[in-house]
Amino acid sequence: MTQTDKPSKAMPRKARAAIIGPGNIGTDLLMKAMRSQWIEPVWMVGIEDSPGIRRAREMGLKVTTEGVDGLLPHIEEDRVSFAFDATSAYVHKSNSDKLTAKGVMMIDLTPAAIGPYCIPPVNLHALLESGVEGNVNMVTCGGQATIPLVAAVSRVQPVAYGEIVATVASASVGMGTRDNIDEFTRTTSSAVEQIGGAKKGKAIIIINPAEPPLIMRDTVHCLTETEPDREAITRSFREMIAEVQKYVPGYRMLNEPIFDGNRVTISVEVEGLGDFLPKYSGNLDIMTAAGLRTAEMIAQMRAGS
Amino acid sequence: MNLAGKKVVLHDMCLRDGMHPKQHKITVEQMVTIAKALDEAGVPLIEVTHGDGLGGASVNYGFPAASDEEYLTAVVGAVRRAKISALLLPGIGTVDHLRMAADCGAKTIRVATHCTEANVSRQHINLARDMGLDTVGFLMMAHMIEPAQLLEQAKLMESYGANCIYCTDSAGYMLPDDVTARIALLRGELQPETEIGFHGHHNMAMGVANSLAALEAGALRIDGSAAGLGAGAGNTPLEVLAAVLDRMGAETGVDIFKLMDAAETAVLPIMDEPVRISRDALVLGYAGAYSSFLLFAKRAEKKYGVPSHEILLEMAHRKTVGGQEDLIEDVAIDLANRA
Repeated sequence: MTQTDKPSKAMPRKARAAIIGPGNIGTDLLMKAMRSQWIEPVWMVGIEDSPGIRRAREMGLKVTTEGVDGLLPHIEEDRVSFAFDATSAYVHKSNSDKLTAKGVMMIDLTPAAIGPYCIPPVNLHALLESGVEGNVNMVTCGGQATIPLVAAVSRVQPVAYGEIVATVASASVGMGTRDNIDEFTRTTSSAVEQIGGAKKGKAIIIINPAEPPLIMRDTVHCLTETEPDREAITRSFREMIAEVQKYVPGYRMLNEPIFDGNRVTISVEVEGLGDFLPKYSGNLDIMTAAGLRTAEMIAQMRAGS
Repeated sequence: MNLAGKKVVLHDMCLRDGMHPKQHKITVEQMVTIAKALDEAGVPLIEVTHGDGLGGASVNYGFPAASDEEYLTAVVGAVRRAKISALLLPGIGTVDHLRMAADCGAKTIRVATHCTEANVSRQHINLARDMGLDTVGFLMMAHMIEPAQLLEQAKLMESYGANCIYCTDSAGYMLPDDVTARIALLRGELQPETEIGFHGHHNMAMGVANSLAALEAGALRIDGSAAGLGAGAGNTPLEVLAAVLDRMGAETGVDIFKLMDAAETAVLPIMDEPVRISRDALVLGYAGAYSSFLLFAKRAEKKYGVPSHEILLEMAHRKTVGGQEDLIEDVAIDLANRA
């Protein structure tokens, strides 16, 4: 796989995509996808006429307010090969089953997690090599922001325990997350183990209502099995942060990593691009950017470049 | 103030909030000894959990001496009359922890959120209520919003199924008039059958005064802690409050001399240092920062050479909420770099 993000001359056209859920996440994703060299958003799927549906229509997309059922008859004709689900964990499975049956690659931005977890700089490459198809899950916002850092430690030496603390602005936390905040802690802690490589994982989310809203802040604590190799871990953090910055430029380390016995602690903040969502909501931005990045890489691989 | 004949339900915090000054290292044996003494004194409700609630065991907040399950099982088995409560902060603990606590015999579940974020508590309050537990909505850092906003949040928790709503002064910031305004509005506007509670911290020495103000304004449940063992300058000292209420003729059902015994002989001996209104605690109350930040700031002071009270002041200026302990080390580094 080449590192270039530019389509080769041989590639005839972009892969076409549908976005399900015209809310904040879906709209932000749409704005990012409009700039993509690999993905062309063509459908916006909602369940009622809404500002998000109207916005998508104004941006030139086809829209339906009949849910995924309204999209199904057009899959072949419009050559939709990717779908991003930005609805909720409760309806994701039904959406996914209908679309994957028609050969659509589903990028799941809900915490439903029926497909394999994907944290692009950590395991997207491995997923591509294993010939991923059907459904991939983007874990959670906190997972996207922190699991690369857990993996940055575990690729240096074994991590007995990885813990992440995500602090997000109240204004950036939607009702989906609020109604089922346990889903966040469960899915994130499980991915800290499975993708981050910690033997045991824990996730904590703190919601802060301060005005002006604070930028998403994440702390990762790792307990290494043996004395941490400070130099190697610090280098690994820097390399990993540079990888994330490729798709989230506002992802940055706050202070130097802290080493205290077998504890390694690092804090980052995540400033979004401010496409549709305000810049402070880096937690949402990193989800849409990671989801798009995943689709782009799969499209790129399928194009054979 | 006339509280004669008023029924008051006292709720002891030293085995939960008291975990903060003990860095969560109270042993199971110490918990059992203290719980028995409180039970003997007739304290009707005793909270037993990691200081940051069920599932609080973490690098971020500290690993306890035993698991919530071990603590709860031991204490439930040791008391004769008292009911045991457990605290749960959505975002830290989950419904799985809640079920575990109920299985261990906890009869009261208190679901705590920052005072503006009540709508993250729906699934936990729903479940506790469905399980038939005494279900409390606990609105923390309640000094940060106006009474009318607090009422909106309280109504959410009430609508999810909480049968009791707390106004929680996590920073020990409130003065009696602040308490009166909040409790009176909650009492006036929530369903008559919904109980109202107040949880104080003694950072400005207002623990007892604020509790009295809450009772006068219509609260029924009051949190305190034997010998004051709790975060910051501790909670409202329970034996002091009980003695004051006794003189006022309120009905707590507590034997005040046995409660003094519990404070003096069971709680005081386990303190690592006196729980008092230190400069740090006073700054917490004065500026309005979360009380459990105190020991974290002291540790950061040692490591980075920045005065702990300056760290706490900065934490208050940044409008932090409960649970943001991970910011303290960063703030200390920032202050050290600035110097």
